[in-house]
Amino acid sequence: MLDATTNRDAPPVILEVSGLNKVYQASNGPVEALRSVDLTVRKGEFICLLGASGCGKSTLLRIIAGFEEATQGSVGVYGCEVRGPGPDRGMVFQDYALFPWLTVRQNIGFGPSHRRVASQEVDKLTDRFMAMVGLTAFADRYPHQLSGGMKQRVAIARVLANDADILLMDEPFGALDALTRAALQEELIEIWRTTKLTVIFVTHSVEEAVLLADRVVVMSSSPGRIDQDVEIELPRPRDVASVEFNRLRRSITQQLTSHVGGGRKVAATADS
Amino acid sequence: MSFESTVAGPAMTAPPTKKPAALARGSAHRANGLWPRLRTIALALVVPVSLLVLWDLMVRWTGTRLIPSPFGVAVMMWDFAFGGIYDDAYSGSLPIHFWKSVQRVYGGFILAALLGIPLGLMLGRIPLLRAMLDPMLSLLRPIPVTAWLPLSMIFFGLGPKSAVFLVFLGAFYPILLNTVFGVKSVDARLFEAAGMLGCSGPQLFRSVVLPAALPSIFNGLRLGASFAWILIVVGEMTGVPEGLGAVIMDGRTLSRTDLVITGMIIIGITGFLSDRILVMLSNYFLRWSPQHHA
Ligand SMILES: Nc1ncnc2c1ncn2[C@@H]1O[C@H](COP(=O)(O)OP(=O)(O)OP(=O)(O)O)[C@@H](O)[C@H]1O
Ligand SMILES: [Mg+2]
Repeated sequence: MLDATTNRDAPPVILEVSGLNKVYQASNGPVEALRSVDLTVRKGEFICLLGASGCGKSTLLRIIAGFEEATQGSVGVYGCEVRGPGPDRGMVFQDYALFPWLTVRQNIGFGPSHRRVASQEVDKLTDRFMAMVGLTAFADRYPHQLSGGMKQRVAIARVLANDADILLMDEPFGALDALTRAALQEELIEIWRTTKLTVIFVTHSVEEAVLLADRVVVMSSSPGRIDQDVEIELPRPRDVASVEFNRLRRSITQQLTSHVGGGRKVAATADS
Repeated sequence: MSFESTVAGPAMTAPPTKKPAALARGSAHRANGLWPRLRTIALALVVPVSLLVLWDLMVRWTGTRLIPSPFGVAVMMWDFAFGGIYDDAYSGSLPIHFWKSVQRVYGGFILAALLGIPLGLMLGRIPLLRAMLDPMLSLLRPIPVTAWLPLSMIFFGLGPKSAVFLVFLGAFYPILLNTVFGVKSVDARLFEAAGMLGCSGPQLFRSVVLPAALPSIFNGLRLGASFAWILIVVGEMTGVPEGLGAVIMDGRTLSRTDLVITGMIIIGITGFLSDRILVMLSNYFLRWSPQHHA
């Protein structure tokens, strides 16, 4: 919050994570998943959380979402302490988590229709976001009749229709093939630009992080903590073949591998 | 009688094994043409028809007077339904016996569903309730429903109320246990998804818990309905003048085996049809789930 007052031009701080510790009590002893994590996110920023498997990215995101309680520290949205899940923070899961008994239309309208929004209003909202993700023709299909990419579009539209301020995405495109992933990345950037959402996007692909993010937050493991906070100032749309893009990608990959050490490879380096 | 023991059997509470989509589609396709459908029916008839023939042959061969021939049963069934052949106390009395039994079966069954489903939804979600009720329910569950007969006759007197109570008890446990199982196996992500979309508290039961547990609930309802038909016979065997169970009991005391077998067949057919109705309902309500089409 301090930065917001010192710098007049910068957008306001929307999310403030401070001194976050998380210890899981597993059956075979405690697991320290996060240690003193601090993170400040300004409104409209696109943040990528990057790190090797098991470094606590999902844990951090789930604490921000309010699904998990921190052992120590706090998460604040617009200065209000987070005490549980809320419609201000929308989560997009890797495995979609759509309601299988609802059609595409009903899934997207789920949030508004549970907030006593008039049904005509819900219909208008749903139509708008269904069109935004290009699923109008599939309005009455059930999730099991959709492809993975379509399901993830529904999941994104569902959060957008609920008017979330912060979009939390946990490896949302991890289960998709390369072509679908590229298409969805482009759509996500377009949506982010038009809606001015704040996005926190977890990935273990360096390329995806550099392609999407304003800031790449690099995490390291055991215990999970934030290691680097890299601003990506490449102009958009970004060209993955450009020299600057690849220089950034290489330097971030090096930072990642230096922590894992030795011969062990990070998932990120295996990315094409 | 060993059926009571299956009420609590874990196998009975498990959901149906998932049918691969391709297989389900394949059989649906096969059922489309006229010839394949005839073939299905013909195949289903092979065993029962052979058994009928065998039955007939055995009756002729042994010359027994204890068991009637299939034809004798068919005549009895006609008389039971429409009258005009024997003209005794049972002629044309099927509708009244049938109607009484159906009322008691569905009375007990609906009571069990009305209590079992909401209680199961809450037991599955509310740990405090579970801690209070689970031990007692687990202790009561292994008691065979028929063992309640003497007590239920004291509670409700000799008569139909006692039969309804037994039906209720028999249907209650499978419905309750399957509902609890269904709630417990709901993907935790769905609760998280509902939470972040602003759905919580009592809304959660209607919008997430109930629909997500529905496949399992229908499982419980089907099991419950079949136990209800089993128990109606036991329930009607004492002190009830009308009902299919009473007819079977009368047939036994009067040594009229044709009447006994007629009652058995009618209960079998009715139980089958009532299960088909539940399957149709289940197919309609679970149309979103490719695995649960029976
Ligand atoms: N419910 C839990 N109980 C115990 N330990 C857990 C639990 N959830 C996560 N952990 C541990 O916390 C650490 C961080 O896990 P987390 O899922 O946040 O990693 P991640 O960065 O998301 O990994 P990935 O990239 O594989 O998804 C891991 O060591 C994991 O074993
Ligand atoms: Mg993860």
